[in-house]
Amino acid sequence: MRDDNVLIALVAVFVPLSFASIGGGTSILAGIQHQSVDVHHWVTSREFVDMFAISRAAPGPGSLLTTLIGWHIAGWAGALTATLALYVPSSLLCYGVAFVWRRHRGKVWHTALEEGLAPVGVGLMMAGVLAIMQLSGGGVLPWLLALGTMALLLRWPKLHPLPLFFLGGVVAVIVRATLS
Amino acid sequence: MILPPQPPPAAPAAPPSIVTIFAVFARIGLLSFGGGLSGWVFREVVVLRNWISEEEFLSGLALAQILPGTNIANLSVYIGQKLRGVAGAAAALGGLLSGPFFAVIALASVYDRFRNIPYADAAMDGVAAAAIGLLLIIVLRGTRHSARRPAGAVALVATFIGVGVLHVSLLIVVAVVGPLSVLAAWLGGRADA
Repeated sequence: MRDDNVLIALVAVFVPLSFASIGGGTSILAGIQHQSVDVHHWVTSREFVDMFAISRAAPGPGSLLTTLIGWHIAGWAGALTATLALYVPSSLLCYGVAFVWRRHRGKVWHTALEEGLAPVGVGLMMAGVLAIMQLSGGGVLPWLLALGTMALLLRWPKLHPLPLFFLGGVVAVIVRATLS
Repeated sequence: MILPPQPPPAAPAAPPSIVTIFAVFARIGLLSFGGGLSGWVFREVVVLRNWISEEEFLSGLALAQILPGTNIANLSVYIGQKLRGVAGAAAALGGLLSGPFFAVIALASVYDRFRNIPYADAAMDGVAAAAIGLLLIIVLRGTRHSARRPAGAVALVATFIGVGVLHVSLLIVVAVVGPLSVLAAWLGGRADA
């Protein structure tokens, strides 16, 4: 397949997924896997799982998985194309909504929307936290690390989170090494 | 739990420059190991810099989660738009993605060696758990904000139980709870007036 065709295929796959990713990147994970493994044979199942692990270990949003798929099949051009195809369409939509949203600030219905949607957003975030906690092997330790970090940040809000994250990693390694 | 007092809302200053927006979001993108990006954005944009208010952040967070797209990308677009319009949104999104774009490719290049480091997975899990702590700050602030109205508290709990515990599709939960919650807020607002 010529490179141009691959790039067009990447756009054709990821632009619809961009609009389908309601609730964040994890909601289209199954769709990405189906398209890139089963339909287009861009990557094998094994490669897909590895890429997922890499995208979680790297900084940034987890959906950079698509960047890796693009890179895998078409180098830098593929990486860039896949990334833009996934992020630009949903961002344009968000921009439009945010623009309209702000123009009506202060009106009664706007205030009601804002007040009414905020608890839904917080509830979704709580559900997301629970999902991640269940994904990360479960057990009491992740909760202790999360609550401990939260408590330290509440007490000292300007504390830099990175040393706390490092501490979390060190504690997890010590506990794992002690138990095994 | 008693939260530390909020700093008084500052008078709206001149919006930050495009370069500053790009730099701040680039830092958020690069430092956000283990997820928890919204927590970083809240810290950098609301707590440390006061670019937007807590209310605006929460309302943007709700929009970012309901609209299609990665939450954090949407949140960046929302904040960038508020600060500097189209250029601000592009700078925020570009900054957010540029660092991780190269980082993820670099990591993929050395992945096989990385995977064989003993306890690498345990360390990653620990980092991810600590990063959740940063998110819990937003959850706590947002809960306090929402629970000022009884209907807000009900909407929050219903959303959490529907999506997080019962695993009902997010679309359905938002489509049911969202309008009811907005209606309650509207009626409550009219009663106050």
